[in-house]
Amino acid sequence: MKKRFAVFSVILLLTSGLLFPGGIREAEKKGNKTNSARSVGELLGAGATFPYPFYSKMFNEYFSETGVKVNYQAIGSGGGIRQLLSKTVDFGGTDAFMSDSDLAKAEGTILHIPTCLGAVTVTYNLPGVEPLNFTPEIIAGIFLGEIVKWNDVRIRKENREVKLPDQKIVVVHRSDGSGTTFIFSDYLSKVSTKWKDKVGRGKSLNWPVGLGGKGNPGVAGLVKQTPGAVGYVELVYALQNSMPVGNIKNKSGNYIKPSIESVSKAAKVELPDDTRISITNTDAPAGYPISGFTWLIFYKEQKYGGRSEERARELLRLLWWVEHDGQDYAEPLHYAPLPEKAVKKAEVIIKSVTYNGKPLSF
Amino acid sequence: MIMNNEVIIDKIFKGSLRAVGLVLLGIPLLLLGVMFFYSLPSIKAFGFRFIVGQTWDPVKGMYGGLPFLVGTLLTSLIALVISFPFSFSTALLLSEYLEGGILANMLKSAIELLAGIPSVIYGFWGLIVLVPLLRKLEMTMGIPPYGVSIFGASIILSIMIIPYASTMSREVMRLVPGDIKEAAYSLGGTHWEVIKRVVIPTSRSGIFAGILLALGRALGETMAVTMIIGNKNQLTFNVFEPGNTMASVIANEFTEASDTLYLSSLIELGLLLFVVTAIINFLGRKIIERYEIKGDDGALLNE
Repeated sequence: MKKRFAVFSVILLLTSGLLFPGGIREAEKKGNKTNSARSVGELLGAGATFPYPFYSKMFNEYFSETGVKVNYQAIGSGGGIRQLLSKTVDFGGTDAFMSDSDLAKAEGTILHIPTCLGAVTVTYNLPGVEPLNFTPEIIAGIFLGEIVKWNDVRIRKENREVKLPDQKIVVVHRSDGSGTTFIFSDYLSKVSTKWKDKVGRGKSLNWPVGLGGKGNPGVAGLVKQTPGAVGYVELVYALQNSMPVGNIKNKSGNYIKPSIESVSKAAKVELPDDTRISITNTDAPAGYPISGFTWLIFYKEQKYGGRSEERARELLRLLWWVEHDGQDYAEPLHYAPLPEKAVKKAEVIIKSVTYNGKPLSF
Repeated sequence: MIMNNEVIIDKIFKGSLRAVGLVLLGIPLLLLGVMFFYSLPSIKAFGFRFIVGQTWDPVKGMYGGLPFLVGTLLTSLIALVISFPFSFSTALLLSEYLEGGILANMLKSAIELLAGIPSVIYGFWGLIVLVPLLRKLEMTMGIPPYGVSIFGASIILSIMIIPYASTMSREVMRLVPGDIKEAAYSLGGTHWEVIKRVVIPTSRSGIFAGILLALGRALGETMAVTMIIGNKNQLTFNVFEPGNTMASVIANEFTEASDTLYLSSLIELGLLLFVVTAIINFLGRKIIERYEIKGDDGALLNE
């Protein structure tokens, strides 16, 4: 008697969760919103970790609005590209656009659309010294190991109002491969021929000097703990953790403080139709010079590997939403939303997607 | 032969044990085979130069693993040297001096706890406590105060591997037959003399096996090392400099490696680590065999 009562009450407790307002009815409602959502199941994406908080929020909101679930795995840009090439995901995310040679290796044309902007800030550990101005030459010199002390005449020249200590500079860089490193080294390759020849641009580099920290938190941690340290971290990270960041002299000669506005301004330049462009060392006069897009990548011809037309349509609906409604979720999370021009280019690209050679209506 | 139920069950049991044994034999071989296969592009490109090359440059496509090989060996060996006094003395303490009681149990639990702590936690502790301490030490020594260094990683590793050597040594020492110890006492030996001349020689091979186990753990440890070692991909023998190990590099760079040669080189590093571990284990077993004291009839006295 007692045992049966116990079993009954356990079952009651478990099912009451479903009977409560919400529960089964809510689940049904969401399912009914789009029949195609239920037939398609989940959309799968994988790739860059940098925009993950933004994507996570966006895809969550997308699910509430449309009932379509999007599963994004932040395994890194390299992983995202690999997964798309092996056709195991609907779309990939990457901080570094695919090169022509990479694209040639793919079975089918791969398209890029930008989703938001990121930026790399130069952070440092010099108590009492703020603000600090950097020029491209100073940054290259520090990270090449040529400028070794904070009171070097080259740094002092740009910072006449602050007292710089006679202290060794401890360089901190990323130990893991990352899009942040890619954007940073892309910038340095443009502003310093010595950097371009000696180190070059990439997600992982053969750094001439410095300690390595894992991830943005690793670099930030080492910089915070080591007096006289300098390192580079994503803008989002620096803002969220209130870290001191340097003003950087851009191509037009203005000292720009990294912020969402100055990063968005950096993208106000002519974009190529396929949106594969590096906007570091931007021509935009008020733009922050170490900014970059992050992209979603997907196949132009959607009929492959047994994909249904409905699935392709759902993907296009998602991408369109990301470029429009999704942008509202960028700023609250400290990501810079796309400028109008970039959205327009993305619209054209999304509309060019075909299924079995024919354009899709979505 | 009478095939009744018991005999059939016996056969099945023996057969399944054999099958499991084969599977266990097959796993490392399969691992080796797969790693070798994926390392081929890198092996073809660099050959032997991979082991002696000092440059790890993903941009230019030049991969040499010497800095990491040296880093792995340095950190593991130094960790072993630092941990040995601790593991040996706790083993002696628990087998010869503290026979039972609260203190013995607490000590045993503490050692076991050390083995159970996740390596990320060791890494965090290292970053927050050990690295600043090392920085202070380096400042008084007059060398660049990085804090993160090969030495720091070695210290963390040494703490992590104490339980492995300690537990195995303790067990072997406990198993030294009581009668030969009593014989030594009856000849007038003091406690220390008995330990020095009877217990330790008898358990030598077990102690060494424990050291080998600890070394194996140290060679492959990834997370704690990568948080403390400074991740500098340049060859250095200066332990107060930052460095890097094979496991740490693989963990750091694998997810973002997108070109074939880069991936292949990372897998070749993994292969190298595998081979190094296998060689050390093999040499270790050979040394253990040499130290085994054989009686007149060939039976092992200290097995």
